[in-house]
Amino acid sequence: MNLEEYISIPPYSLDKSQKEVLLNNLLRDLTLHHYHTCVEYRKMLDAVGFDPNQPFSYQHLPFLPVRLFKMLDLKSIPDSEVAKTMTSSGTTGQAVSKIYLDRDTAASQTKVLTKIVSSFIGKQRVPMLIIDSESVVKDRRLFSARGAGILGFSMFGTQRVFALNNQMELDVEAVAAFLLKNQGGPVFMFGFTFMVWQHFYKELIKQNIHFDLSKAVLIHGGGWKKLAHESVSSEIFKQKLFESTGIQHVHDYYGMVEQTGSIYMECGEGHLHAPIFSDVIIRRYTDFSEASIGEKGIIQVVSVLPKSYPGHSLLTEDEGILLGEDDCRCGRKGKYFKIIGRLKNAEIRGCSDVYATRF
Amino acid sequence: MPKSEDVAMFMQPVFNNIQFLFPKEFQPDGFLKQSADEPFSERVIEFLNAWSQQLNKEDQIRDYPDVATFAFFCRRANVVHLKNHHHNPQTLRIGRGMVFHIAPSNVPVNFAYSLVAGLLAGNFNVVRVPSKDFAQVDLILNSLQKIAATSDFTDIVQRILLVKYDRQNQATAYFSLVCDVRIIWGGDDTIAQIRQNQLPARSFDVTFADRYSFSAVNADKFIVEDQPLKVAQNFYNDTYLFDQNACSAPHLMVWLGNETNVAKSKEVFWKSLEQVVHQKYHLQPVIAIDKLTALYFQASQMDSIHLEPFRDNNLWRVQLDTLPQNIDEFRCAGGYFSEFHAQTLDEIIPIVNRKYQTMAFYGFDKEQLEAWIRKSKPVGIDRIVPIGRTSDFSLLWDGYDLIETLSRNCDILAK
Repeated sequence: MNLEEYISIPPYSLDKSQKEVLLNNLLRDLTLHHYHTCVEYRKMLDAVGFDPNQPFSYQHLPFLPVRLFKMLDLKSIPDSEVAKTMTSSGTTGQAVSKIYLDRDTAASQTKVLTKIVSSFIGKQRVPMLIIDSESVVKDRRLFSARGAGILGFSMFGTQRVFALNNQMELDVEAVAAFLLKNQGGPVFMFGFTFMVWQHFYKELIKQNIHFDLSKAVLIHGGGWKKLAHESVSSEIFKQKLFESTGIQHVHDYYGMVEQTGSIYMECGEGHLHAPIFSDVIIRRYTDFSEASIGEKGIIQVVSVLPKSYPGHSLLTEDEGILLGEDDCRCGRKGKYFKIIGRLKNAEIRGCSDVYATRF
Repeated sequence: MPKSEDVAMFMQPVFNNIQFLFPKEFQPDGFLKQSADEPFSERVIEFLNAWSQQLNKEDQIRDYPDVATFAFFCRRANVVHLKNHHHNPQTLRIGRGMVFHIAPSNVPVNFAYSLVAGLLAGNFNVVRVPSKDFAQVDLILNSLQKIAATSDFTDIVQRILLVKYDRQNQATAYFSLVCDVRIIWGGDDTIAQIRQNQLPARSFDVTFADRYSFSAVNADKFIVEDQPLKVAQNFYNDTYLFDQNACSAPHLMVWLGNETNVAKSKEVFWKSLEQVVHQKYHLQPVIAIDKLTALYFQASQMDSIHLEPFRDNNLWRVQLDTLPQNIDEFRCAGGYFSEFHAQTLDEIIPIVNRKYQTMAFYGFDKEQLEAWIRKSKPVGIDRIVPIGRTSDFSLLWDGYDLIETLSRNCDILAK
């Protein structure tokens, strides 16, 4: 089965054994492709003694730390075929990841994202409210993962309205007008978790505004780090939003610029789900062996999409817990898991600051 | 030459943002007008011995082997021994005056050694201690306060000023303007940053920059070692004790000797180290990722390296077929070693650059090592010490004789 055919399979329809066979084939092909077209990748596999010509199951595939994409320009295509370079939103002053996409890879990312998202919000495009400021997309200097995320999800919406003005203040009139116009119909809301909480929810409370969002679906992502400081959990987030606006369909997602498209969406049970296009493997930091269900570890992600760069098997810097496989109450097949958060930076004992500047 | 107005201008606003750890109050006029002293004065030796005794009375010292080592360093017997080595009674040496020490931000005890070197050379000292909080710093500070309060060492303790402030502070500019020698411990960036602060015309910097260290083991000797675990324990102290992040911690292991002995020695050595590491080391999860990143980065930049199969992420070894010129750029904290089998010590010389500090050895004798250095004259390698001794503080550091550097020679020509 080729990638095109695989993408046409519904994203949460395969059980463990079906998925494993297909993933193994696609990931082996990808591994061989990168091995032969990306010299750095070949040297890396050689260094750990991994021979991609031998049959292997994808659990044994080497994983590259995402940080490597900040240190090296890794691509499996000639420069002339680079259609788009994605960069991560690193903290100011830090190196950013550079992900090189050709037309095919970018197109399959879009297809897969569409498959996943439409299984949550329906195939019909609906009016879209973006919980951010238009400047994030417009101003090229600010263009980042945030901008890319908004653009990526924008294809699911019509009549796009930005809920925040350029000063990141809630544009109450614009939102009210949008809701009035689409009264009673479904709307799609998208934003970054922190933005939704800080600049949308908190403002509604502060200004004592009650919008009716009972027909809306909110998809948000970007992580909980900032909200964790305010002790806002996913449950509190959903509960408070519901109390204020009546919104019932709120879905977090886990994704990264290094594997755009094959994202992990949160179901109604509050679990993140691996679609058939990607998978998570939780690894023990002590020896990188695979952790059991319920055991905390570092998250490895594999995806069938990265063809223009060797990013089909990556080790993130996030910790998570595998909750189960094929048996979530929401009915979706595949692994489901939760994120604990970003790994703590090392407390370095030593006498030089070379470490901090190197990575 | 800075004018006194320049210095005066700094005074009040600067001092408001400095934490004076010892003493609690700073009188610039009194402090800066002190005179220099002869190196190894009897009073300083007495004071250091008292300090050592005070430290040994602290219960907590048992939890901090680095503080215990410092206390051991300060005792009379050791200092007198150092005096015999570093002090020639025939020459007339006097301290330079005020030494401004900028201690490394992430090694707790170095500030104290730096201070002791300054005192022994006959100077009064301003020491910027690490901005991070360390129990070791508190322990050393408490003991100093106790001595100051209970014994009569006013003449010595008044030569010590310990301060703490954050990076952006103007205090560095101020103390730089009034010092005779500035000692900077830190990475290359830190040094460049501090050097932007002007020094008086005759003053100078002593810099302890980022360095690289390696180890060389003679397998023909190691093969008959009857306590390999002890060697491994010593090597652990050189490396893992400070997460392999001290400048003196080896990152490269060069094996010498015949093929069979090297193969056997490697097995015994690393197995023993694994055992020690397993008992003592606590790996931080993110360091596992650091190692994987370092390995793949190294693989992408070098030809034919390979990772030795590992038991766990505590200890990773990268085998090299050749010794690349830039091997010092490929290192990682927390138990990551590149490994090479050399036929002779001379094979190491081409990779040695100015960054090379310590060579930790096993199974060579002094004459052999000395002859090797005399013959090959490398641009780097400042210390060659047995495995286990890399972090021992010495008054010869990074190629400087600290007593000579921090004092001046007064020449008297008379009949």
